[in-house]
This record gives sequence, structure tokens and C-alpha cells, in this order.
Amino acid sequence: MRYPRGTLIRNTTAARINHWITGGCFVLLLLSGLAMFHPLLYWLSALFGGGQWTRAVHPWIGCVLLVSYAGLIVQFWRDNLWNRDDIAWMRAFRRVLQNEEEGVPELDRFNAGQKFVFWSMALLVPILFVTGIVIWDVYFSPYTTIELQRVAVAVHCLAAAAAIIVWIIHVYAAIWVRGSLQAMTRGYVTPGWAWRHHRKWLRRLAASGSVGPRPGADGEAHRPPGRA
Amino acid sequence: MADLQSQDYIRRSASTMTPPSVRRHELEVAKLIDVSRCIGCKACQAACMEWNNLRGEVGYFEGTYDNPLDLDPNTWTLMRFTEWVDEKGNLEWLIRKDGCMHCEDPGCLKACPAPGAIVQYANGIVDFVSENCIGCGYCVKGCPFNIPRISPVDHKSYKCTLCSDRVGVGVEPACVKTCPTGAIMFGTKSDMTNWAGERIEDLKSRGFQNAGLYDPPGVSGTHVMYVLHHADRPSLYAGLPDNPRISLFVDFWKGLYKPLALAGMGLAVLAGFFHWVVAGPNEVQPEDEAAAQRLLRDAEQRK
Repeated sequence: MRYPRGTLIRNTTAARINHWITGGCFVLLLLSGLAMFHPLLYWLSALFGGGQWTRAVHPWIGCVLLVSYAGLIVQFWRDNLWNRDDIAWMRAFRRVLQNEEEGVPELDRFNAGQKFVFWSMALLVPILFVTGIVIWDVYFSPYTTIELQRVAVAVHCLAAAAAIIVWIIHVYAAIWVRGSLQAMTRGYVTPGWAWRHHRKWLRRLAASGSVGPRPGADGEAHRPPGRA
Repeated sequence: MADLQSQDYIRRSASTMTPPSVRRHELEVAKLIDVSRCIGCKACQAACMEWNNLRGEVGYFEGTYDNPLDLDPNTWTLMRFTEWVDEKGNLEWLIRKDGCMHCEDPGCLKACPAPGAIVQYANGIVDFVSENCIGCGYCVKGCPFNIPRISPVDHKSYKCTLCSDRVGVGVEPACVKTCPTGAIMFGTKSDMTNWAGERIEDLKSRGFQNAGLYDPPGVSGTHVMYVLHHADRPSLYAGLPDNPRISLFVDFWKGLYKPLALAGMGLAVLAGFFHWVVAGPNEVQPEDEAAAQRLLRDAEQRK
């Protein structure tokens, strides 16, 4: 992948592919899961070829998502570690919501909201996987008790709704903060975007002469001059 | 019951509309199993297989009279044998015909996510409509009696239908017809309750002070009832639940939680939408680009 001249690499090609596999799985899981969750949404099962197919395919997609999300954890965990800036950012959350940049602390690659999404999913995905295995009737029902399955299905639904709400926040934030969607589709942001939202990250890249996403980890080339 | 059409439904799984139940005048039916008159001949098991065209795989002898060992997709009713020594040291051979209890408040139907895969007719029979079944196993979690079994062949759930197809045309279930001792009876629920009363009196006069009718209130009563000599201890009879009720987890998951979860998701979407309306998008300004360029230039010069 080549990026327009003068831009910063926000997400590497590998990270983007990894992200969209995860996102695709999540959307499919959400649709098939909601079809089996509420009668009002049972019609969604038609998207998967009917109820039997929906029931059969949902857990397999879940397995793909687990592996895929593990990949995201490997690629993103370092930049999602919690620090003091996050507390200051949360104190200034009202300003953030009002699109006011003044009084909002400078941030590194991710803000507390992004970290919240990352760690929430890091917690919820394994919970959904483990409880999902327990209620994967075809293969695993002989190995558990019905009482355990009852607990698992209740926890699975609680965790699923939590994950969906986190996902709604994630999607809306990408729509709200202009330029973030492009950062995950085509991989790059303008320096102005980095200045506005992740100034510490920009300073860190500038100081090391890196084009992103992390100093010392930029292996991908920019387009030659004139082709931007 | 005149036939098996939707006019006879009083409950339908995963449906937000209440069935019209235009044939509400239907009398409630019940099967009464008088455990004290059962001789354990398994004729009911054979009749069930025959009428419903079920042929399980031949298994192995496991040192017990239970054959097969458990209910399965091809075994909708099963004699369960228990040897119990009472307080006086007498051996009692307790034989219970296990199978769907046709609860008035069916946990399977409550848990089922597939519209119309489980229905309850006005006469009380709880029936699985296989073409709508998706094989998820939620009915297994809903059932307080551990009855439904998912077939590994066609991934659909099976259990006793109370011979709804026979009852629909005015004949008794196959097990009732075949029982040689009259231990299984079928009729209106009130007739069966009355008849059980006579039987219980008789049993009490013979020294079974705790004889009684098993029609558990925890599931609002059942359309399969037992006369037990030890009605104070149903669990003696191969683990018949003492006080069956739909699990609280299932109640929560299929009750309060369903609308709550959808409302939570809806609220999150609305919050986003109105944030957009009020605050609008957060866009990078020309000043941001200029400041960033200054920073990058300074960094370049410092090198």
C-alpha cells in the first residue's frame, strides 16, 4: 500500500485488514444473534438462508472473530495502555463532546474513549466465546449441564448487548470525528488531523522522523511526489 | 380439538402477536398416569414408537430395566425404574412413565426463538412444529423436566406430542390405548383430576397416607399428571422434580431482558443521532493543518 505524500500512516495494511475482518464478523454476528434473540428481529435470519442456517453459522463466525480480535489485541495493546492523560481527557469529556479542543489534554495515539472500546471488547469477546461454546448445542451439549447452559445463555445475551452498545459508540465516533473512517479504510490521516486529535502522537512521530503508525515501525512507502 | 390449525393455538413461540384463539371453548385435556397401577410392561413405549414411526438404534444392556437409558429423539416416552426401600424396610419398585408433561406454562415455548416452532393448543397440548424448528436447543434450557432432545440427524427438537394428531380426530393417545392395566388414562383435565381423587382415597385407605396428585403449580399445572403413592416426595420417582418451575435465568433472559436490551441499543443509536444534531461533526480546520506543518518543519530543522 502506498499513501499520499505528506500524510501519516494511522493504521498499517495488516491492521486494517485485521480490523475489517473483525468488523465484518461482528456485523454478521450481530445480525444473526439478534435474529435469535428477539422475535421482532427474526426476519434477519432470512439474510443467512433461514433459521437453521442462522443457528448453524453464528458460532463459526464467532470463532473467526475470536481469532481476528486476538490479532487486533496483538497489534494495538501497547498503544491502548491506560495512563494519566486518559484521566485528564475524561475530566474534559464535556468539552470533547462539544467539539471544543481547548482545555482537552494532548493525547498519544488513542484517547480514553478508544481505549474503552478496545478493552471492553477485549473483555467481552472472550466472555461471548466461552459462553457461546457452552450453548453450541450441536457439539458441546453433552459436556455441560443444562443448568450451566441456562447461566451461559443469560450471560451470553448480557455480554452481547453490552458489545453491541460499545460497537454503536465505536461506529458513531468514527462518523462523528471526521477523518477517522479514512484512517481505517485507506490507512492514513493528515498531519492536521493528528494535531487536532492526537497531538502527542504527532509530536512523537515528528521527533523521530517517522510517518507512523509508531516510531520505528513504519515500513510502508508513501507515493512518490506528484502522485498524491 | 377439531384439527391442528392455527385457530387452535393459544400460545405460539417467539411471536409478538397473541394468537386469536378463536376456539377457546375447547375443553382442556389431560393424561393421567397412575403410577400405582403401572406394571412396567413398556407397552406404552412400544405403542409410542409404532404410532409415531420412531425407530431408535438398538443399544446395549446396561444392567437396569430402563431401556433405552434415557429419552432421545426417537424415544418420546420412557419407563424409569427405581428401587426404593421405605422407612419400614419394604422394597418398593417405583415405575414412572417419563415424557413431556405438557405444562400449562411451558418453559420450552417461552425459550424458543423460532416463531411458531412450539405451540400450545387450546386443549392444553404443547406441540413442536418441526418445520419451524431451528435446532438451537433453547427449549432444552427452558424445560424444567429435561424432556426435549435435539436430533443429530436433522437438527430438530423432539418430544411427546400427546398424540395431538390422534387427539385432534377424537381418539386417545397411543400409550393410553395400549396400556393393559388402565394405568394411563386420558380425558378432560377435570375428569382426570376427579378420577385421580378417587384413586388417591383408595391408596390412602391402603396405607399410603401421602398419596396424591402431581399437577405442579410452579408451571401452572400440567396436562400430564401422575398419581403418586409418595406425592410428598416426587423426586423418589427417578428424579421427578419436587417443585418444577422455569429457571430464573430463562425467566430473566426471555422476560425483562429482551425489551431492556433492545431499548439499550436503541438509546445508544438515538444518543449518537442527537449528538450529531446538537454538536455536529468534529472536522479538522485549516489552522490545524497549518499548526501541524509548523511542528513538522521545526522537527525537521532540529535534526
